Amino acid sequence: MEERFAIRKRRKAVFLRGLAACLPLMLSYTPVAIAFGVVAKQSGMHLFDIMMLSILVYAGAAQFMGVNMLSVGAGFLEIVIATFVLNFRHFVMSFSFMNGLRQIPLKQKGPLALGLTDETFAVSAIHKEEADEPEGILFYAALILSAYLSWIIGTAIGGLLGDVIPEKISQSMGIALYAMFIGLLVPSVKKEWRVGLIAVFAMALNFLFSQFLSGGWAIVCGTIIGGAGGILILKEREA
Amino acid sequence: MILLIIIGMSLATMIPRVLPAFIVDKLEFRPWVNRWLNAIPYAALGALIFPGILTVKDGSPGAGLIGGAVAIVLACLGLNVVLVVLGAIAAVYVLAF
Repeated sequence: MEERFAIRKRRKAVFLRGLAACLPLMLSYTPVAIAFGVVAKQSGMHLFDIMMLSILVYAGAAQFMGVNMLSVGAGFLEIVIATFVLNFRHFVMSFSFMNGLRQIPLKQKGPLALGLTDETFAVSAIHKEEADEPEGILFYAALILSAYLSWIIGTAIGGLLGDVIPEKISQSMGIALYAMFIGLLVPSVKKEWRVGLIAVFAMALNFLFSQFLSGGWAIVCGTIIGGAGGILILKEREA
Repeated sequence: MILLIIIGMSLATMIPRVLPAFIVDKLEFRPWVNRWLNAIPYAALGALIFPGILTVKDGSPGAGLIGGAVAIVLACLGLNVVLVVLGAIAAVYVLAF
């Protein structure tokens, strides 16, 4: 009886730590989700379709692009292929994430993979130790669920309220996601300067590729080739 | 028709996300492949930050750079990510608009 109580307590603690790790993510997701709701509403979409985009697609950049393409009358194949190209980077990220969760059974990590976005991937990648903890799966589950919910709730707020947020504020919030990525990257660089080299290498590659490739492919190539730099300069256990 | 397109977008997003979960368990990676996969998060963060940060404000890449610089400074000081995000938003709000 007492043992069961202890397990439940530990589970709750792990889950709460996942929520705490998600705070900066929710903070930067919500304004973007609200902006998406507003933009989609202004393009003339119905609230139902807007919500379906956030619930079923759950990929910020692709959703903005989808709304844009719908409003100019693009067809099914065009939009679906463009979405695939833009989101193919998640294949690369998921490969890295799932490789870190080898000890977790497929039926648990499969659903986690569904909730993988740039942001949940970035936060999970900074919290690698949890994968080896007992009940560690709950950490990632809390993180991914709360991120998903804040995306959906933000979309609903934007879609319902329409354009009530002053442009000056909403535009300033465009920096939020980037600031979060920086806030996640810097502590890792302080711990191991080599990972900073990898990031800067990937930035340069992405900049180079974006001159002649679409944004989606440029990020994919920058990530894969930039990550390959790690083969040379990272040691096995670090990062 | 819109719903059909949304479902198509959903599949085009879901399949690449989930496929690795099924593949990874069947593979045994050599150490250099693991080093590669371990470096992916940092490469992805780099590629997500730049040059996208230049587009925060249409037509003035400086706005994103200011916000980015403030975020770097705050993060170097060891502040929590929430504070880094809030600080960068405040900086862009005050300085760039």
